[in-house]
Amino acid sequence: MVRLSVPASGAPASALEVALGAPADPGTRRVLITGLSTYWGGRLAQALERFEQIEAIIGVDSRAPTVELERTEFVKVSNQHSLIERIVRAADIDTVVDTRLVVSSVAVAPREMHENNVIGTMNILAGCAGSDSPVRKFIFKSSAHCYGSAQDDPAFFTEEMPRARPAGSLLERDVIDAEAAVEDFAQKNRDVAVTVIRFANVLGSDVDTAFTRLFSLPLVPMVLGFDPRLQFIHEDDVVHALEHAAFHLVPGVYNAAADGVLALSEVIGLLGKRPLPVLPPWGAGILAGPLRRLGFRIPDEILGLLRFGRGLDNRLLKATGFEYGFTSRETVLDLAEHLRLDPVMRGREETYIYEREVEEFLRWSRHVRRGGERDEGVGADREVLGI
Amino acid sequence: MASERTSLAHLPEAGQADAEASAPLPEVRPAERMRDLLPAIEPDRRLDDWGRSERIEGVFDQTLVEFFYRYWFRVEVEGIENVPSDGGALLVSNHSGALPPDAAMIAKAIREEHPAPRPLYLTVEHFFKGYPGFSMLLPKLGGVPAHPANVHRLLFDERQLVLVFPEGRKGTEKLYKDRYRLRRFGRGGFVDAAMRAEAKLVPVCVVGAEEAMPVFAQVEALRKLTGLIYFPVTPTFPWLGPLGILGYLPAKFKLRFLEPIDTLELGGSEARHDKALVQVTAQEIRARIQENLDEMVAKRRSVWFG
Repeated sequence: MVRLSVPASGAPASALEVALGAPADPGTRRVLITGLSTYWGGRLAQALERFEQIEAIIGVDSRAPTVELERTEFVKVSNQHSLIERIVRAADIDTVVDTRLVVSSVAVAPREMHENNVIGTMNILAGCAGSDSPVRKFIFKSSAHCYGSAQDDPAFFTEEMPRARPAGSLLERDVIDAEAAVEDFAQKNRDVAVTVIRFANVLGSDVDTAFTRLFSLPLVPMVLGFDPRLQFIHEDDVVHALEHAAFHLVPGVYNAAADGVLALSEVIGLLGKRPLPVLPPWGAGILAGPLRRLGFRIPDEILGLLRFGRGLDNRLLKATGFEYGFTSRETVLDLAEHLRLDPVMRGREETYIYEREVEEFLRWSRHVRRGGERDEGVGADREVLGI
Repeated sequence: MASERTSLAHLPEAGQADAEASAPLPEVRPAERMRDLLPAIEPDRRLDDWGRSERIEGVFDQTLVEFFYRYWFRVEVEGIENVPSDGGALLVSNHSGALPPDAAMIAKAIREEHPAPRPLYLTVEHFFKGYPGFSMLLPKLGGVPAHPANVHRLLFDERQLVLVFPEGRKGTEKLYKDRYRLRRFGRGGFVDAAMRAEAKLVPVCVVGAEEAMPVFAQVEALRKLTGLIYFPVTPTFPWLGPLGILGYLPAKFKLRFLEPIDTLELGGSEARHDKALVQVTAQEIRARIQENLDEMVAKRRSVWFG
């Protein structure tokens, strides 16, 4: 979509970007983003749209996009992504960024989560596989939940460390299964560069996760006698890390987590809240049921974290040239500011509503004046007038 | 809308990193370079990434530890110069007492007597991470779960001092009648860790801790009931309630730091694959500690006055 007014997303790129011009991996030209309607998919598409070297950006999802997009084409697909192969081949896609993984079981039913995380991943991989497939780069957004959270964990997980115990929650099992499918794909398709990025718990003003909900309570519940070490990543850094992987050739598995591991008590202090150590050290799982009925739901994957926490070694991703914009502490402070302003600001932002017909009109109709053409037109008029 | 900053802003480094990144994994992490990528210390934080709190540690140090170190145990230190002033080093000590005072005294000795005092991280059993209260307090005081990866990061990447008790629970469980008889030193995991990190090994002998809290018996049934790793009977515990676990007798403490062993001279990080060498080194260290302990105990005229 070309907007006639000065587009916000077309704000002048930094001088460095202009000077550098092309992305570092010139092979990235035709990108498919799965999960376009997730927060990550939408933001990644917006970011990629700014680079002319990216000829085509195609986004698929089962729901309509939630952000305004200029030239990304949206294709609505079923939850299982079973027809992805035809899109990949027809559009000659060279890079697939899979941002679809559900990493918080707060809002999604377990069955739907499994369908999306495991079955969906397998179908997308199947669509990209094969010797005649145009795909040469596959980027998978994964989650540090694959490490779990247990008593005998190392203080900093590195990428090759196995988890200490079998998966304790449905979500963890889904993430492990999805990653196993990606690994299998990487083994069988050696000519495709597969990047898996395991993100720590995301915090930010625009995401809704178990932790953002927990931290927005006036008193933050803690497990009695525990003060776990937690690590976060800012929502902007998640988008940047995905971009980084799309623009560079960095095959392998990477942890993505901001610098610094905070104790939960420290986080609560930074948020300016008070701790409420009420969860019993044992049997919190049994208590979760009655609590849920009271409208106070702590997902299984968070219960472990509230006792044992989790730290990640984030150095491997840094070694590929990536730089984090926020430390864990800055991430929490950013959330604190949002939580403070939220009651005032709520409802002020314009929400975007996707309407297929409008988007199509704006993109394809010959009556819409697109930026370049209008300039040309003006120039032509001037010539005629002899100015 | 779209963010201000994109990863393209980092292209200059990224270009060169690219070539390296496409190489096989071991080449991507040249260990020295990874060390440079450790998170910077944020001056506004009160805790480090291990959860250690200088403030809480300071409070303990100024009160409880100070009292025990100076007046109760009247700690005497020998060979403090054997603790290196920089670089990673693994301190290896004998272990005793139901709630062992030895770790705190060794840490305090380094803080008080060493010309360049350094913080000491002590490895604790994973059990404590899962036990309410301990889980909260121990990391604040410099306790780190005894995971090989933790020890490696501390020794190699962060170049810190780490204290390990190879006897582990076998040392703290032992009864008064077995005092100053070193238990098995595991499978030499600590030697392996030091070799891998190319760190120095510093044997440490502690005399006095055995008498400070003699353990007369272990009660299996109560251990199960409380979910603790052991349930000792000491002169004050469980008679005086949970605080009875702090009921140390005023034995005279003597610490002796022995000459360090440089794992680089043993062959560095490659040597760790030589299991026989690892075992022999572990045995040697155990023998040296035992020898020195025997000598220190023999020379001692009184348990209480040294």
